Amino acid sequence: MIKDLLQERILILDGAMGTMLQRYKFTEEDFRGKRFATWEHPLQGNNDLLSLTQPEAIAEIHRKYFAAGADIVETNTFSGTTIAMADYHMEELVYELNYESARIAKIVADEFTAKEPDKPRFVAGSIGPTNKTASMSPDVNDPGFRAISFDELRIAYKQQVEALLDGGADLLLVETIFDTLNAKAALFAIEEVKEERNIDPPIMVSGTITDASGRTLSGQTAEAFLISISHIPILSVGFNCALGADQLVPHLEVLASKSEHFVSAHPNAGLPNAFGEYDQTPEQMAEQIKEYLEKGLVNIVGGCCGTTPGHITAIANLVKKYDPRPTFVESV
Amino acid sequence: MKETRPKYLKLSGLEPLIVTPESNFVNVGERTNVAGSKKFLRLIKEEKFEEALDVAREQVEGGAQVIDINMDDGLIDGKEAMVKFLNLVIAEPDISRVPIMIDSSKWEIIEAGLQVVQGKCVVNSISLKEGEEEFIHHAKLIKRYGAAVIVMAFDETGQADNYDRRIEIAKRSYDVLVNQVGFPPEDIIFDLNIFPVATGMDEHKLNALDFIKATKWVKANLPYCHVSGGVSNVSFSFRGNNPVREAMHSVFLYHAIKAGMNMGIVNPSMLEIYDDIPKDLLERVEDVILNRRDDATERLLDFAESVVGKAKESKVDLSWREEPLQSRITRALVKGIDQYIVEDVEEARLAADKPIEVIEGNLMTGMNVVGDLFGSGKMFLPQVVKSARVMKKAVAYLLPYIEEEKLLNPQEGDSEGNGKILMATVKGDVHDIGKNIVSVVLACNNYEIVDLGVMVPPEKIIAKAIEHNVDVIGLSGLITPSLDEMVHLAKEMERKNFKVPLLIGGATTSKAHTAVKIDPQYSQSVIHVNDASRAVTVVGDLLQKETSKAYKKSIKDDYEVFREKFKNRSQHKEYKPLETARANRFKIDWETSEIVTPKELGIQVIEDIEMEKLLPLIDWTPFFRSWELHGKYPDILEDKVVGKQATELFADAQCMLKSILKGKKLQGKGIFGLFPANTLENHDDIEVECHPERSRGIGSDDIELHNVSSSAVENHADKKYTFRTLRQQLKRREGIPDYALSDFIAPKKTEKQDYIGCFCVTTGFGTDELSDKYRKDLDDYNSIMVKALADRLAEAFAEYLHKEVRIKHWGYAANEALDNEALIGEKYKGIRPAPGYPACPDHLEKLTIWDMLQVEDRIGVKLTDSLAMWPASSVSGYYFGNPEAKYFGLGKIKEDQVADFAERKGISLEKATKWLAPNMADD
Repeated sequence: MIKDLLQERILILDGAMGTMLQRYKFTEEDFRGKRFATWEHPLQGNNDLLSLTQPEAIAEIHRKYFAAGADIVETNTFSGTTIAMADYHMEELVYELNYESARIAKIVADEFTAKEPDKPRFVAGSIGPTNKTASMSPDVNDPGFRAISFDELRIAYKQQVEALLDGGADLLLVETIFDTLNAKAALFAIEEVKEERNIDPPIMVSGTITDASGRTLSGQTAEAFLISISHIPILSVGFNCALGADQLVPHLEVLASKSEHFVSAHPNAGLPNAFGEYDQTPEQMAEQIKEYLEKGLVNIVGGCCGTTPGHITAIANLVKKYDPRPTFVESV
Repeated sequence: MKETRPKYLKLSGLEPLIVTPESNFVNVGERTNVAGSKKFLRLIKEEKFEEALDVAREQVEGGAQVIDINMDDGLIDGKEAMVKFLNLVIAEPDISRVPIMIDSSKWEIIEAGLQVVQGKCVVNSISLKEGEEEFIHHAKLIKRYGAAVIVMAFDETGQADNYDRRIEIAKRSYDVLVNQVGFPPEDIIFDLNIFPVATGMDEHKLNALDFIKATKWVKANLPYCHVSGGVSNVSFSFRGNNPVREAMHSVFLYHAIKAGMNMGIVNPSMLEIYDDIPKDLLERVEDVILNRRDDATERLLDFAESVVGKAKESKVDLSWREEPLQSRITRALVKGIDQYIVEDVEEARLAADKPIEVIEGNLMTGMNVVGDLFGSGKMFLPQVVKSARVMKKAVAYLLPYIEEEKLLNPQEGDSEGNGKILMATVKGDVHDIGKNIVSVVLACNNYEIVDLGVMVPPEKIIAKAIEHNVDVIGLSGLITPSLDEMVHLAKEMERKNFKVPLLIGGATTSKAHTAVKIDPQYSQSVIHVNDASRAVTVVGDLLQKETSKAYKKSIKDDYEVFREKFKNRSQHKEYKPLETARANRFKIDWETSEIVTPKELGIQVIEDIEMEKLLPLIDWTPFFRSWELHGKYPDILEDKVVGKQATELFADAQCMLKSILKGKKLQGKGIFGLFPANTLENHDDIEVECHPERSRGIGSDDIELHNVSSSAVENHADKKYTFRTLRQQLKRREGIPDYALSDFIAPKKTEKQDYIGCFCVTTGFGTDELSDKYRKDLDDYNSIMVKALADRLAEAFAEYLHKEVRIKHWGYAANEALDNEALIGEKYKGIRPAPGYPACPDHLEKLTIWDMLQVEDRIGVKLTDSLAMWPASSVSGYYFGNPEAKYFGLGKIKEDQVADFAERKGISLEKATKWLAPNMADD
């Protein structure tokens, strides 16, 4: 169904979860809630955990993004793998975190779909890159060393994927890919789940171009990245994070011209200032996104770090006036 | 309506590679393949991954669009090597920018490779060989890992070798992949098997044409897929004749590409431009490739001879003699031409104020050019050694004038060179080719060399170093006991408070051994230098006042870091107790195993081998390697980088061989014995009986065999000898036996009489004399050449004698019909492992062989303190005749086996530890 919608119009992805959560100024105590009051390790900063300890806040943020015009919201599960959760010694909670996060988002989505049946809302299960990398060595003196293996990643991702789907995620979004090999492990896990359950959820893939070199952190150009993740059927490919909307243009142009998938973008609200804050206004960001639309580069657009419901509103209003990027198929 | 676009094969490294119908032929680099490149195999075996990376880098720089990586070798842990090498490749953006072809016949290696590469690879290869189920399973996983695949035209009944079988297998594979697996058809690459033509066999006539026709069929009937193959196979029968081979490759590719082949392995330097092929040659080659005439092969063969003749003719261009003096001197040095050097130097001397200025000015200017060219890889070692010959000749001419000048002006001191370097092959070791090469190259760079020769005891090295006040000491060694000698010398230097740097080199040395065992013994610099080109820069950095201190520190630090890393190697290997390994020995079914009783038991001596017989058996690849030219013979002669130089060296070698043979300058002798033997109760010892009465003299048609008279052996009649073998202990996959050589001999308790042989051959008599003669004539090039060739002849003799033993004297392979290449490739039945080499690295067993055969008394080959053979060009070993006997590498062993070995042998644990140290696993 989402495929049909994408043929008709540009869909809107939500904005940043973290930026919104910062506004709540949650304390260590808030993060812990009652259930984890005696957890042996500090928990402040474990945003994914808030789906269990502050579920109302999470639901409220989703609600704000849907109200701002988002068609798709992302679950609060960016760090929802045993690998990323090891920092908080919460590997055992991974299934529950993903399941609950998906469930919360799905409830809110269903509320909005019920209210506006002609604008159905979707939940994308967010699958982050983890904090380890499979094709680079963390030790400059030992370039052959790897801190994590493909199989370790595959197993961790599989667990996350199963929980997200069980909790009600409509799509899966493998995002902020700085190392394509990590993403390939995630895609491998998704394929396993698809086969075991005989299902076919749409998959979105979104890489990250880290700097002006125009390459991923693991060194690939945009096109090499595209080729490396195109072996399984995906709904969309795109870029997010690290750069502002205007800086993503040349890389999106590559995807738009070379990819038979839909193209997505959810850039940051510009580059961070000296205090690590993003101060691009909704209007400024929308002005930059305009270039995507005029050039016909995207089918899905939203925001990453620093974006808020205000940014999403501005973008949603803008895209109404434009046609989605035309797609093509590779065949006879 | 959506726009539609055609499907292309898309691959990626860090950058994309898209194969469209307009793309040029995609060339796959295959030097990073242990099966195809001996150099790469050696580097991987020795864990020289840095240098192995250079091989990969050179290919990418040389234009390879994809690099094929293969680690399939019996002596390598292929999976570990594949993962390690790929991880390192990935860390080098200048290599990993191109897509990788993961090449293995083992699925576990392929899968391990797919798990570490982020880009879209090609898997090489899968096939229906093991049936559809396995094929589908692997294809499905390859798709899930995101790779393209090469499918071999191979099925359950065998490899496709005609047109019908090729298309039948391709069609079936394609249908299964596309319809059952859902494999993208554009990601399928067929390897339709390129086989040689013009072999003289009728059934090979259609090999090229069938491939081309099948390619056409595949491209027409199996949409989007690709066709690949290894092109050089097609001209296999014309090895050695490059003009014909190049033409054959071009003609084959011309037609195969027209038919749709779009990818493959081709050596770019082995391609003639199609339009440039002479008409008559083209016609004959096309006749063969396209099988247009019945007599096509014969006609091409006839023509081939004339082509070879033509290629050899060349005219000497002497126009350079018209150039100014310095250009002439430089050219003479760079090109190694000594014909005119004396007249040019004389001219320079007359123009100079003092004769020394000719050396410091004209000659050094030229040698600096040589040094720069060598340093930047534009000149190769044999050329540099030739340059040195010219330089020496020039200096020799000038010396009397310089002496005269000194007498006139005694107040002026000696001209100072760059520094003084002591070179020696350590005590107990006799190998000096590498040492001599390094000496020559350093001498070229204006270092004074104090060469102490071979088997130099440590006290002499110390004394001479002090006497000559040298700046650097260089030690060389080839056999493992030399490693201990080097450690010992480092300790001595420390004790004597030496300050000069110590260089370590030779085949058995390594950076690991140097860093871990030698460096900690000496507080000054210790550096492992294994090739001549590096020696110059290292010595330069060490002796240059401005850089020396920082360089020495960086080396010391580097070795310390290396040592630490070495000690903390992540892959901690595990070993089994000796008893467990014995229980898991290689078991031959002695009830059914065929044991052939040797036709001639006892000992026989070959007094003087006719060297001509050995020539076809020479394995040339190691010869080139000793000159630091890396590549497989005969391909090396056509190598893009070193081909020209290799061809020249090869021609010089042939010339020298002729002169050696004609003048009977070297003498070869051999001895061997075949004896009843059985393995003892402990499974690892082989008991051998020496029965002199069974010694029979059987005349041979072509070798004069002198049967040892019974009186000569009487004194050890009926004596029993025991060979102590060593057993593998490294923990490996279930089901792989832990080998010892004794496994190939029937145990006593089976009550089956089995047999063993042992031998020693040498071609070294006369080598030193001849080599020294050249050296005295200031001709290091030929001096080194003699030794390198004597080594090859000795190996060839060993090969020759082994064949004679198999066919005649033992006679277990009387009907063997193998060509020389198959012999060099060890395709024969039975093995001839040598003490000191991988299957039996312990040198001590040589003493047993010497005792049994009385080698020294009978043929004069001696053993040194370190059990090296003298003359150096000698080979000794055992013969095992069982068809199941095979070569293996012992690997590392544990203390329990060392203790057991000491007890069995009746030697002290200390002695056993000393000899087995290089093979002991450190914890």
